[in-house]
Amino acid sequence: MQVLLYILQKEFLLIFRDKTILRLIFIMPLMQLLVIPLAADYEVKHIAIAVVDLDHSSTSQRLTHKVGSSSYFQIIATPHSYAEATKLAEEGKADIVLTIPPDFERDLETTGLTSLQLAADAVDGVRAGLGTSYALAMVRQFQAGMRSGATSADMSRAGPTIEVVSANLYNPHIDYPKFMVPGLLAILVTMVGAFLSALNIVQEKEAGTIEQINVTPIAKYQFILGKLIPFWLLGLLSITIGMLVGRVAFDLWPAGSLLTIYLFSAVYLIGVLGIGLFISTLTESQQQATLISFFFMMIFVLLSGLYTPIESMPNWAQTIAAFNPPSYFVEVVRGVYIKGSETRDLLPALLRLGGFALVFNLLAMWSYKKRSS
Amino acid sequence: MSEPVIVAENLTRRFGDFTAVDAISLEVSGGEIFGFLGANGAGKTTAMRIFCGLLEPSSGRASVAGFDAMTEPEKIKNEIGYMSQKFSLYSKLTVKENIRFFAGVYGLSRKQAKEKTSEIVDQLGLANTADALVTDLPLGWKQRISFAVATVHEPKVVFLDEPTGGVDPIVRRQFWDMIYEAAERGITVFVTTHYMDEAEYCDRISIMVDGAIAAMGKPADLCKQYAVPTIEDVFISLARKATRHGD
Amino acid sequence: MATETPGKTHSVGGLTMFLAFVSKEAKHVLRDRRSLFILLGLPIVMMTLFGFALSNEVKNTNFVVLDQVPDAETIALTDRLAESRYFTFVGRVESEDEITKFFRRGDARLAVVFPSNFDHDLHHVHHAQVLLLADDSDPNTAKTVTNYATAIIGQHQVEMANGQHRQGGIRVQTRMLYNPQLKSSYMFVPGVMTLLVMLLGAMMTSVSIVREKERGTMEILLVSPMHPLLLILGKAVPYMLLSLIDVVIILLLSYGVLDLPWGANIPLLMAESLLFILTTLALGLVISNGVEQQQTAMFISLVGLLMPALVFSGFMFPIENMPMPLQVLGNVVPTRWFYEIASKIMIKHVGFASVVKPTLILAGMTILFMLVAWRTFRQRL
Repeated sequence: MQVLLYILQKEFLLIFRDKTILRLIFIMPLMQLLVIPLAADYEVKHIAIAVVDLDHSSTSQRLTHKVGSSSYFQIIATPHSYAEATKLAEEGKADIVLTIPPDFERDLETTGLTSLQLAADAVDGVRAGLGTSYALAMVRQFQAGMRSGATSADMSRAGPTIEVVSANLYNPHIDYPKFMVPGLLAILVTMVGAFLSALNIVQEKEAGTIEQINVTPIAKYQFILGKLIPFWLLGLLSITIGMLVGRVAFDLWPAGSLLTIYLFSAVYLIGVLGIGLFISTLTESQQQATLISFFFMMIFVLLSGLYTPIESMPNWAQTIAAFNPPSYFVEVVRGVYIKGSETRDLLPALLRLGGFALVFNLLAMWSYKKRSS
Repeated sequence: MSEPVIVAENLTRRFGDFTAVDAISLEVSGGEIFGFLGANGAGKTTAMRIFCGLLEPSSGRASVAGFDAMTEPEKIKNEIGYMSQKFSLYSKLTVKENIRFFAGVYGLSRKQAKEKTSEIVDQLGLANTADALVTDLPLGWKQRISFAVATVHEPKVVFLDEPTGGVDPIVRRQFWDMIYEAAERGITVFVTTHYMDEAEYCDRISIMVDGAIAAMGKPADLCKQYAVPTIEDVFISLARKATRHGD
Repeated sequence: MATETPGKTHSVGGLTMFLAFVSKEAKHVLRDRRSLFILLGLPIVMMTLFGFALSNEVKNTNFVVLDQVPDAETIALTDRLAESRYFTFVGRVESEDEITKFFRRGDARLAVVFPSNFDHDLHHVHHAQVLLLADDSDPNTAKTVTNYATAIIGQHQVEMANGQHRQGGIRVQTRMLYNPQLKSSYMFVPGVMTLLVMLLGAMMTSVSIVREKERGTMEILLVSPMHPLLLILGKAVPYMLLSLIDVVIILLLSYGVLDLPWGANIPLLMAESLLFILTTLALGLVISNGVEQQQTAMFISLVGLLMPALVFSGFMFPIENMPMPLQVLGNVVPTRWFYEIASKIMIKHVGFASVVKPTLILAGMTILFMLVAWRTFRQRL
């Protein structure tokens, strides 16, 4: 116990003298939580549309007006030819090109049948898909507007209608920060914890101090605990700072209990630090440790469900995600923040996170060898 | 003569096909200053790391302070001090903090650690720089602090791996004074060096060539045996036969 | 003549020395098998993840049904949803409280609520309501899920009307440009490229230079007869080569595995990549001149370069939705410009004329960073 206290004293002295670590603890939460939530607005809006009206009729003008009045679309240009419009799409200025052919109005009046062309810049598939479906809806509305003027009896002949009403439960204004901030808090803790710990032991290897430690009677568990405890506290500090940033910048605070957040963070951090220490014991240089941590962080974060839902991943990726500690933690923090989930609701995740913590720390302890063989 | 503190019997260490330490045998008694000489790459550091419990031996037997280097490396660690070739104290801790930390790690109580720290600071004449980060100190001071740290717990043996590399003769002299004081307190000193004048300060020396011990004895006896005036001449005549060269 | 000859030998000697130094550094990089493995494995893993694992499409969403008075119509509708590949039926609930419980545990993301008068309204008033409640703690998924469910219900309704209702009038033909099958999206390809070049060029280079400083071996190198800037370049060359190899791996995977449509101007792309590698190298040098610790170099690269690269390149977060100040800020991030260049060349198959502007901006930035690197380097000597 006494020895552990000496080790902790040393680790804290070193941390407080290391400006990089302290800056990181404060700057990371600010960077991540101030920038990404504002950037992560995936809603497809402000769709830039170029309308090529080759008909120049009153109907085509009404259609153009209808499209332009929609909140989804912004008419950025009305070029005179399709080629000109494609050029705009190529430059990334137009997302969708709507072409109204000549004789649009005449065909509609004479045969009741006419056509329109929609071309979408499908580089961003989702944007293109939603954009065209919004546009189709606009055309349908336009058509219905025309038809209802003509034959209102159509409606009853069309059969019974089911009106779909949707309501928002937790996030009535589809507020992206509300969704992103909790997830980012989880990632923040992961990155701070894993990188700090991954670099630590290997730093002692590079400096040669590890050898001076290895000739002393320090027990392995004392050494690992000596590394774990300070970074564990720093990790909890960083999530606290992150939560405060979320509060000040976005007025977000957990709907559930703070205690739940801290309980899960505490357990989760032990696991993350275990991963970092494990990497640190296996590597020879900080560069190697950086690279390996980056590699795993990348996979962890991408498969965590922060940006894309886990349910929509293929089975093999879902299997990996099931062994991915951040997946659980992202879900937990989101649950507590947005839905007010209680510890009781999240017990299975707690067990899993506890399991991860145990496994990775045992691995770290096992792979830290005081004597090389 | 007292009980042997370091014993090696046919101690061997291989790395793949390469035999770094080739069946060496030696005995060092308590309180002795034993010089462990050899050219670069002769296997000195490897042997020393085995004694310190930092490296597993491949075959043979070694014991330090009565504990087996193969099976009880952690027990050895309570009884020894070690100063590596490369400066390896925490450069971002002060002199005092380094001493206090290692004292604590070796199980000294808070009070003992405090006393020991001020004792060392006085002894080294570091009163003015005790609160400076060690990274800012000149090399000679760093080496003396390392030695003080390696003996902070009054170990039975202290292993010194080229402790005086790169410093001037005056500092080396001061360093050897510390070694003599430690030996007088009963600490066995096991030291590797490149400086042949330092070899003459030792009670006994061994000279390693290509992983094996080529000669061992009192410096004066060795000079007589090889009929040369200095240890340097003994060393050169032996090292010339070496097939392995360090870089 | 006598004065010229030594000069010549010196410059030849300098080149040989530089090459020898580069090959020493390259050997050093090659010897670290683990790092090499990761440096070459990263593009493969990232391309696999982005290409196959990450998509915004929502599948197999669990849903519950709150149906106070089950009848033929509500059961048919429930079955219809359950049969679709987008939804998985997990059970019926009795109250709204129960729905919240499912949501809180994360066991369902959608609840379909049929009011008790659903059947009556449908057959007598010809107009009934169904309520969709989505777990909108994830607003994107919630929106997509609601859209899918609405579409399925709409289809059901059309079939119910049984051909009575016909879609006449305006026929709309749609065309998808550049990515006709809407194969998720290829936007990540240039994104992964940008990120990896940044990682290798800036982060790895700066960390490896600072490592020499930290170990004190920099001083030894600086007293060698070679120009110090050449020494630094020598350390960077192996990483530049690795970046190029990564770019090639990404291209091979794009065309070989992901079926990215042919037609990009590959030499142009490689030339632009080289320019960007120089940019990252200059950034790496600026960082390594300013810091003393590997850890600092790493964190600065991570927070100052890689994160902005991810946020502002536009492949993970749509730039047009960002608030104005962020969009303006994004313009000073070099990766944003390379991403624009690479995505235009790779996906839209444009020629040099269409990427002159971003190329000039990137080149300007590179020169600026080089100058800063040069100045800070001289100050240090």
